[in-house]
Amino acid sequence: MTPPLLSLRGLSKSYGQIRANQGIDLDVAERSIHAILGENGAGKSTLMKLIYGVETPDEGTVTWQGAPIRLTSPAEARRQGIGMVFQHFSLFETLTVVENIALVVPGKKRELIERVRTLGRDFGLEVDPLADVHALSVGERQRVEIIRCLMTDPKLIILDEPTSVLPPQSVEKLFETLKRLREGGVSILFISHKLEEIRAICDRATILRAGRVTGHVDPREHDAHDLARMMIGRDMPEITPAASVETGEKRLELIGLDHRPDDPFAVALKRVTLEVKAGEILGIAGISGNGQAELSAIISGETRLGREARDRIFMMGQDVGRLDAAARRRLGFAFVPEDRLGRGAVPELSLVLNGLLTAHPLGLLKQGLIDRAGAKAFAETCIRDFDVRTPGPEAEAGALSGGNLQKFIVGREIMLAPKLLFVAQPTWGVDIGAATAIRQRLIALRNAGMAILVVSEEIEELFEICDRIQVLHAGELSPSLVTRETRVEEIGRYMIGAQPAGHGTATSPAEVSA
Amino acid sequence: MNAVDFILSGMLAAATPFLLAALGELVVERAGVLNLGVEGLMALGAVIAFIVVYHGGGHMLAFAAAGLASVLLSLVFALVALGFRANQVATGLAIGILGQGLSALFGKTYESLTVKGLPKLALPGLSDLPVIGGLFVQDVVVWLSLLLTLMIWAGFAFSKTGLVLRAVGENPKAAHAIGYPVIAVRVAAIAFGGLLAGFAGAYASVVYTPLWADGMIAGRGWIAIALVVFGTWLTGRIFLGACLFGAVSLMSLAAQATGVELPSQFLSSLPYLVTIIVLGIISANKRLLKLNGVASLGEPFER
Repeated sequence: MTPPLLSLRGLSKSYGQIRANQGIDLDVAERSIHAILGENGAGKSTLMKLIYGVETPDEGTVTWQGAPIRLTSPAEARRQGIGMVFQHFSLFETLTVVENIALVVPGKKRELIERVRTLGRDFGLEVDPLADVHALSVGERQRVEIIRCLMTDPKLIILDEPTSVLPPQSVEKLFETLKRLREGGVSILFISHKLEEIRAICDRATILRAGRVTGHVDPREHDAHDLARMMIGRDMPEITPAASVETGEKRLELIGLDHRPDDPFAVALKRVTLEVKAGEILGIAGISGNGQAELSAIISGETRLGREARDRIFMMGQDVGRLDAAARRRLGFAFVPEDRLGRGAVPELSLVLNGLLTAHPLGLLKQGLIDRAGAKAFAETCIRDFDVRTPGPEAEAGALSGGNLQKFIVGREIMLAPKLLFVAQPTWGVDIGAATAIRQRLIALRNAGMAILVVSEEIEELFEICDRIQVLHAGELSPSLVTRETRVEEIGRYMIGAQPAGHGTATSPAEVSA
Repeated sequence: MNAVDFILSGMLAAATPFLLAALGELVVERAGVLNLGVEGLMALGAVIAFIVVYHGGGHMLAFAAAGLASVLLSLVFALVALGFRANQVATGLAIGILGQGLSALFGKTYESLTVKGLPKLALPGLSDLPVIGGLFVQDVVVWLSLLLTLMIWAGFAFSKTGLVLRAVGENPKAAHAIGYPVIAVRVAAIAFGGLLAGFAGAYASVVYTPLWADGMIAGRGWIAIALVVFGTWLTGRIFLGACLFGAVSLMSLAAQATGVELPSQFLSSLPYLVTIIVLGIISANKRLLKLNGVASLGEPFER
């Protein structure tokens, strides 16, 4: 048997108290697609940073093509033939595709353009080399990253959660590219937490849990259940699709809203129409960067509409276009933003004070002064009810893991008992058990008559909890699709704009409300 | 000589201190660093150059010494702002005050003394043109500054160095991830900015008005910083801005020559008023600023 391309023995890395990787052993064979499977926070990203030289290990050895090496920087890793495609892209938005590539690959501009075109043809990675990166779709940007990586002639490519940003159709295209690369003699480290994908494409899988390896398997010989057990340490929670309940009055309505933001890199919203009634959950699907941030800011009140835009956005029946975020909250609106640190919570403040930020109307102020005992009790209830793992209510928000902070913020907003709840990426970075709990909680609230709007990139999640789904693509919203009567592929078509938003086969909002 | 001739022939020379300092600051800001110490860097360069010329060292040596002194002071800024990751605004202000203080200290015994400037070189043919002929009679530093402007424009547009600089300024984390030494690039940019600020100061004290007076830079470093924003980080617009300010700063003299009845204090304050008005207009266009602006400007880089 030939020696493995890359071999890790006893690799460990700690950040302060947190042991992100402990004694990791891993062998990547030549010409293989090797999966690293694990939940968020299992230590996948740290492991990749160690292999790519972004971080150096505390202990352990790395063997590359049979010889021991020390990877001290990404540049060193690239010289050895290790390339990486990042989850959050490392492209420069104001530069063109070929300029981005010229930063990494030596050569004349004309030759580089030619090579980009050739690679594009050979591996199904078509992209215009002279386009500005900020004008590209997420899928195209990923192709640029892969091309840039390929042009350094690597033996091993690390792909960090490559499918999390892609619509279903692009995932298939990516897999086709990866298979061609394997035939071309390149090995791929494929990081993911999506079991079916790994079973579809990978030859080997190494499973991580809480910083340790819990198994080396051939994913094709195990079903998703087995893999999930190795990944989360127990059986996968059952998914129960939501049965619909009777809906009540409109709590949120957007009518033909056009919005062109000041930021030239932001997405303009075009004729956005949606409504959410009491007792239903509306999901907004779509790949991020298609106007989600802009739509969220308009609904939350962070962006106020100009004087000329009247009667475009209603909450609880009132025109709120000119109202700020606080005024909208007073009407019974609550909001969980996508970025937790900075918008959802203040990292430097304790959980008690972060709770107070939006929960102060619940009698936590007395003559303008903080009711310390009351605020503490509120935070403690939230921590207990939403299973937030933290040393206590005085812990700084920034010290919590992303998933735990998300549970706290979602909990805080739910405890306000709003009439209208808007949650962006409700379970992003949250472990499977807690994610299920949050989803069930949302369904229970809907059953109790709350109107809920969810923006999510996870189609599975939307199918699980939403009564209706609308897809956001390039700032336009698709017609409303009734979840029970819609297939994933149909959503996928809207996600890539293959189905024009204006006239689809879907039921119109009017029919839905009938 | 009428006012138009006067302004046309003097505009480029008046613009040169603005232009040199602003080009330096442009390079610094494109790399993602905000150095507000330009005024002090210019003042230091000005006094050093004056001392060298006064003691017979010649203009060449004067510019070299002024450049070196300002580079050294700008490296102090780099050490504090990048090395210790201090707040760039506060550090820049402190370095600016230090530079002005040093220039007052070194210049104490030279107050009100004068030296000889540089001869004007005429471009044959063009300098004989009617009306605009005056534009083509300039000293050698002006000609070299125009050449430098062209080189910096081409550097940003075509060279690898310019590309790396823009990349570091837009997204230092990504630049680091693909293997560029972010801090080293920024230090080099700061030193280059220091060099040009030193030259700008030297031009002011030994060529444009060859005499020493404490405080003679008179806010031109600040206007240079404003010019970078005014030009939305584009070389060509910064050049045009510098010419505009050069012309405006000649207004008070031109007005006296033509006998316009305006208080001289008002005319002398024109460049600063124009700065405020133009900055206000430019800043109202958020789209333009965002499109050409430097994303990581003023933010410290941590790996």
